[in-house]
Amino acid sequence: MRAAFFNTLEELYHQNEETVVLTADLGFKLFDNIKSRCSERFYDVGIAEANMVGLAAGLALSGKNVYCYSIIPFLIMRAFEQIRIDVAYHNLNVKLVGVGGGFTYGFEGITHFGLEDLALMRSLPNMTIVIPADPFEASCIARLSQEVKGPLYIRLGRSGDPFVHDRQPDFKIGKAITISEGSDIAIFATGNMVYTGRQVSEMLKQRGVSASLYNMHTLKPLDTEIINHAASLHDGIFSLEEHNINGGLGSAISEVLAETRYNGIFRRIGITEMPRTSVGDSDFLRQHYGLTPEKIYNTILNAMEE
Amino acid sequence: MNNAMSNIKTVVEEASAFELDKYTALAVRIRKTILDMIYRTKSPHIGPSFSIVEILTALYFRFLNANPDDAHNPVRDRFILSKGHACAALYAVLAERGFMGNGDLDGFAVNGGRLEQHPNHDVMCGIEVSTGSLGHGLSIGAGMALSSKIDRRPYNAYVLLGDGELNEGSVWESVMFAGHHKLNNLIAIIDYNKIQALGCTRDIIDLNPLGRKWESFGWDVQEIDGHDFEQIFNAMSSLSPEKPNVIILHTIKGKGVSFMQDQVLWHYRAPDELEYKRALKELLL
Repeated sequence: MRAAFFNTLEELYHQNEETVVLTADLGFKLFDNIKSRCSERFYDVGIAEANMVGLAAGLALSGKNVYCYSIIPFLIMRAFEQIRIDVAYHNLNVKLVGVGGGFTYGFEGITHFGLEDLALMRSLPNMTIVIPADPFEASCIARLSQEVKGPLYIRLGRSGDPFVHDRQPDFKIGKAITISEGSDIAIFATGNMVYTGRQVSEMLKQRGVSASLYNMHTLKPLDTEIINHAASLHDGIFSLEEHNINGGLGSAISEVLAETRYNGIFRRIGITEMPRTSVGDSDFLRQHYGLTPEKIYNTILNAMEE
Repeated sequence: MNNAMSNIKTVVEEASAFELDKYTALAVRIRKTILDMIYRTKSPHIGPSFSIVEILTALYFRFLNANPDDAHNPVRDRFILSKGHACAALYAVLAERGFMGNGDLDGFAVNGGRLEQHPNHDVMCGIEVSTGSLGHGLSIGAGMALSSKIDRRPYNAYVLLGDGELNEGSVWESVMFAGHHKLNNLIAIIDYNKIQALGCTRDIIDLNPLGRKWESFGWDVQEIDGHDFEQIFNAMSSLSPEKPNVIILHTIKGKGVSFMQDQVLWHYRAPDELEYKRALKELLL
């Protein structure tokens, strides 16, 4: 997914002279082509995220369209105040490209996990948040990001992400993609959990439960229309994200549902506890924290039987 | 990066005694405006505003290529008041220079007004960046200076920092970056009045040897009396074309009013009526 994003960005980087790319010394080999072809618009600023975001603001205030890259907690949490004031409040053309949503970094541990980033970014004014579900979507948002006026947070996986689509989807910022429509329940998933959601939908189908699956690739602005639509058709709604259940997709959907007359079941599925005791790769951690298709399937069935 | 490109102004004719008097009179007028704004609104930060009056006057009336009639000009010099809490001084200077009207100053720190106690981004009014959280300005200034290099548009970015602000780690991230990239069009100015919010800098986080710190990061360092126009003019006319520049201004917190000078109390305190009258009398002496 990361490669798909940067391959597309690389093409656009050469076409658009206002594009500047900054990294806080991460992305081994990722920027080699960008750097070799136009080093004047690429900077490894060193391991200094606060300065990177401040620099980006200064560049954007001078007319540049700036991409900042790092691993999610370093980019979003270390530099959060620079993002809040320098970027979001000034409504600048700064694109924050965070790698490693959820448990992507597996064995590298808690310092590298992206579990609270969506809650933080969702609270900021002017911020658009996009979480591509597969390499096709990553490429789409790389292309669209050039047109976005104002700050944009793009939350990426790293590599080896499965494909949700078999071709370039019709991808519009702020407009959810309906993967499937069913009659019993609705699943809203984001990022890598869209693929998992599809596996869950298949399992539910075997069990005779017909599920709609919506790909919420944009968390802000939220597609409230699709949520209201789903609420009018279904008696069970489930959100699915590799993020703390507080403040992310589930919270965003619950806010919408709480202001409607929806009376059905609603459950947020995501990370509910502090992940610090388990050591493992990302698949192991998803298993441990209940984010495999089997566990999600059971969570949904249990909720429906309550 | 095109390191050979330099847009530092190196030729400034010597200021005559007559001119120096003109700047001194201007500084008095600006201090009076600050005093009025602070007294009227019971706002904090008169001390750190008074310590930067001469440098702001010199910048806006002699050095900055910035014009209120062409505020968005892409080759204008950029100025960032990174120590945003001293904005009363900036507002007073911007009004004097024509970026704002005096009516705007009436909207300082009043309900429904126009100006907050920290600057809010408004290029038309000469405010390039919202500041108030310390440690942000130098990175942003470095980004502006870098943009000038990329575009080969010659302008300078001036960033005025407080001494206490240098406690912020992010400042040193940008110091390292600018030194490494030899951003010779970035000029950091430090208001070294030696008092921060709760006490003396030497007792809280001693900054010395301040000049040598910056020098070791690859900056050209000048240390001057920050209230002496002649020294300011000379320093601004002797900027290095090779490296980023820092001018350390040795200043006095509360400069201009005897009972405010060098007193930590006047970082926050606003004068009462008696103090206001005494201060006014001293300023107009």
